[in-house]
Amino acid sequence: MPTSRISACFEKTRAEGRAALVAYLMAGDPDLETSFQALMALRENGADIIELGAPFTDPMADGPSIQLAGQRSLAAGTKLADVLALARRFREVDSETPLILMGYANPVHHMGYDSFADAAATAGIDGVITVDLPPEEDAPLREHLAEHEISVIRLATPTTTEARMARVAEGASGFLYFVSVTGVTGAGAADPREIAPKINAARRISGLPVCVGFGVRSGAQAAEMAKIADGVVVGSAFVDHAAKALESGHFADAPAGMGRLARELSEAIAEAAS
Amino acid sequence: MDVRNTWDQWPDENGRFGEFGGRYVAETLMPLILDLEAEYRAAKQDPAFAAEMDDLWAHYVGRPSPLYFAERLTDHFGGAKIYLKRDELNHTGAHKINNCLGQVLLARRMGKTRIIAETGAGQHGVATATVCARFGLPCVVFMGATDVERQKPNVFRMRLLGAEIVPVTSGTGTLKDAMNEALRDWVTNVEDTFYCIGTAAGPHPYPELVRDFQSVIGREARAQILEREGRLPDAVMACIGGGSNAIGLFHPFIEDESVRLIGVEAAGHGIETGEHAAALNGGQPGILHGNKTYLLQTEDGQILDAHSISAGLDYPGIGPEHAFLRDTGRAEYLSCTDSEALDAFQLCTRLEGIIPALEPSHALARTGELARELGPDGLMILNMCGRGDKDIFSVAGHLGMEI
Repeated sequence: MPTSRISACFEKTRAEGRAALVAYLMAGDPDLETSFQALMALRENGADIIELGAPFTDPMADGPSIQLAGQRSLAAGTKLADVLALARRFREVDSETPLILMGYANPVHHMGYDSFADAAATAGIDGVITVDLPPEEDAPLREHLAEHEISVIRLATPTTTEARMARVAEGASGFLYFVSVTGVTGAGAADPREIAPKINAARRISGLPVCVGFGVRSGAQAAEMAKIADGVVVGSAFVDHAAKALESGHFADAPAGMGRLARELSEAIAEAAS
Repeated sequence: MDVRNTWDQWPDENGRFGEFGGRYVAETLMPLILDLEAEYRAAKQDPAFAAEMDDLWAHYVGRPSPLYFAERLTDHFGGAKIYLKRDELNHTGAHKINNCLGQVLLARRMGKTRIIAETGAGQHGVATATVCARFGLPCVVFMGATDVERQKPNVFRMRLLGAEIVPVTSGTGTLKDAMNEALRDWVTNVEDTFYCIGTAAGPHPYPELVRDFQSVIGREARAQILEREGRLPDAVMACIGGGSNAIGLFHPFIEDESVRLIGVEAAGHGIETGEHAAALNGGQPGILHGNKTYLLQTEDGQILDAHSISAGLDYPGIGPEHAFLRDTGRAEYLSCTDSEALDAFQLCTRLEGIIPALEPSHALARTGELARELGPDGLMILNMCGRGDKDIFSVAGHLGMEI
C-alpha cells in the first residue's frame, strides 16, 4: 500500500511533534552506486522522506546546483529505468521510508505513462512530482498512477492564489510541496513569516501535509521552516556534496557528507519542536 | 469532431491543437499564463489595440510588405509562377517584429515594466530590443554563449538598442538553453516581467497569439495574390524552425482546402546523419518548453541538440500547430540540407538581386521541384521571411571566401 507509507510517515512525525525532513538527491550523480550509498546515509541520519531526482537535459525550474547534478548524472549514462532500479534496490533494504520520484515530464511521457506507472509501482515509489505537469496537464499520468495508489505530489507557490489553491488541491495526494520563493531551486530563502499564512491556507484547503522547499540549506533555516510546515525539503545543499566528491575523485565523500548534513538538519528540526 | 471542417477553431479551450500544445509549465508560471490569456482575449476585442498595431505596422515596420513576382526564378525553374512575400523588407529585416510589436503592446496593457526574450541567431532579440527601445522598456535577451560568439553583429545591434545580453552557458549553451534560462528568469521575476517568446511555441496562449500576430503575412499575401492573379495560389511555402513565419503565412489559407501548405525543415548534414533540426521529419512527440509537440530526443526522452547552418532554424522542437497540421495531413513538411540551402542562397541572390537569409533559403531550395510539379499554369507563394545581411559572414566561411 504505497500511499500509506507517506501517511504513516506524517503520523509518526506528528506524534513526535515535529516536521519531517525531506531530502533530495539526484539519482546517478556522480554514479548509481554512490547514489545508493547516499540513500543509505540519508535514511540512517534522519531523513524521513527521500526525493529521488531523475535527470533531464532541460530542467527549466532548477538552479545551477541541480542543473549540474542532472548533467553529471546524464554524463554517467543514467536513464529513467536506472532511477527506478535504484529505487527498487533501496526498497529491498528499507520498506518504510517514502520515496518520491521527482523530474520532468518528457522522459516519463516517452516511457509511456502506463509503463512508467507499472515500473514505479514495482520499484516501490510512493509519489511522483513532475515539475512541468501542472494540474491542467497531469490527468493522464495521474490516472495510471492512481491504479497503483501512487500519489501525485502537486506544487503550490507564492503566486498560487486561494482560488488557484483549490485547483491544485483537487486530485493531489500524499502531501503538497510548497515552493517558498518565486524562483528556481537553490535560490535565496523565503521569510518564514511571509509564507506562513500561505502554508496554512494550503493545508486548510487541501487537507494534506505541506512541505516547504527551495532555498533551505542549513540547520538554522530548516528549524525556522519546521515551525510553520509539516515538512522541510532540502535539495541543492545535498546535491553539492556529490559535486565536491566528483571534483576530489573521492566518491565515498558524497554519502558521508550527505549523511552529516542530514544529521545536522534532522537534529535542528527536532530541536525546533522541543 | 471532423477536424477538416474546423481548422480555424484551434486551439481548444485547453490550448490544444488536437493532442499537441497545452500548458506544461511549473506551477509558479500557471497564474501568469492564465492572466496573459485573459488579457489577450480582451485585447483581441479592443479596437484601440488593433488600431495601435495597424498604425505601427504601417509606419514603423513598413507593412504591407510587397508580394513580388520572381520572374527570373520562375523562368529558371520552368514551372509555376513564383511569388515572394517580401517580409525581409520589414524594419529589422525579418518577420520577427510583427510578433514583437504585438507582445510588447500586450505587456504594456498588462502593466509589465521589463521584457525578456530568448534568441538564437539574434533576429528575435534584435526585433525585441528594437520595440523595447521604441517604448522605453528595459530588455534582457538570453542567448546561448556559442551563439553570442557566432552572431557578433546582432549582439552589437542589441547592445546599441539598449538591451542587456545574457550569454547562457548552462546545458549546451544553445537556443534551447537560452529558452530554459528565460523561463528561469520569468519564474524568478513574475511580478514585473513579460516573456516575449520568439516563435509560435511555448505554453498556451503563446502559440496562438504568435500565430495571430504573424498571420498579417498570410492575410496580406492572400489579398495581394487575389488582386494580382484573380485566384488563390496552388501552394504556399515557408521554412520552419519553431515555425512562426510559416504558420503566419499558412493560417489565413487554412480553410482554403485547394491551397497546399508546405513547410521546409532544416536537414542539416542530412536527417540520416542525426545532425539536423527537422523535428517533424526526424523527431517524436514529447513535452518541452511548455508544449507537447514533435521533438528531437533520445530513446530515453532526453532532448537532443539540433544542427543547422541557419541559427534561426537550430531548435529541437516545432510549434504545436505544425505538429497538428502534419498529423492531420493538412500541411506537408519537406526538408533541405545545409548545402542545398547554400546553393539556393546564391541562386536567389544572382537571379533576383535579393540576398535571402539562410532560413528562407531552405524553402527556396525546394521551390524548383514544387514549381515543376505544379507546372506552368501553377501559382505559388514563398515567404521571404528574412534578409541575408546577417548571414554574409557565415556564408563566406562556408564558401571558403574571406571578407
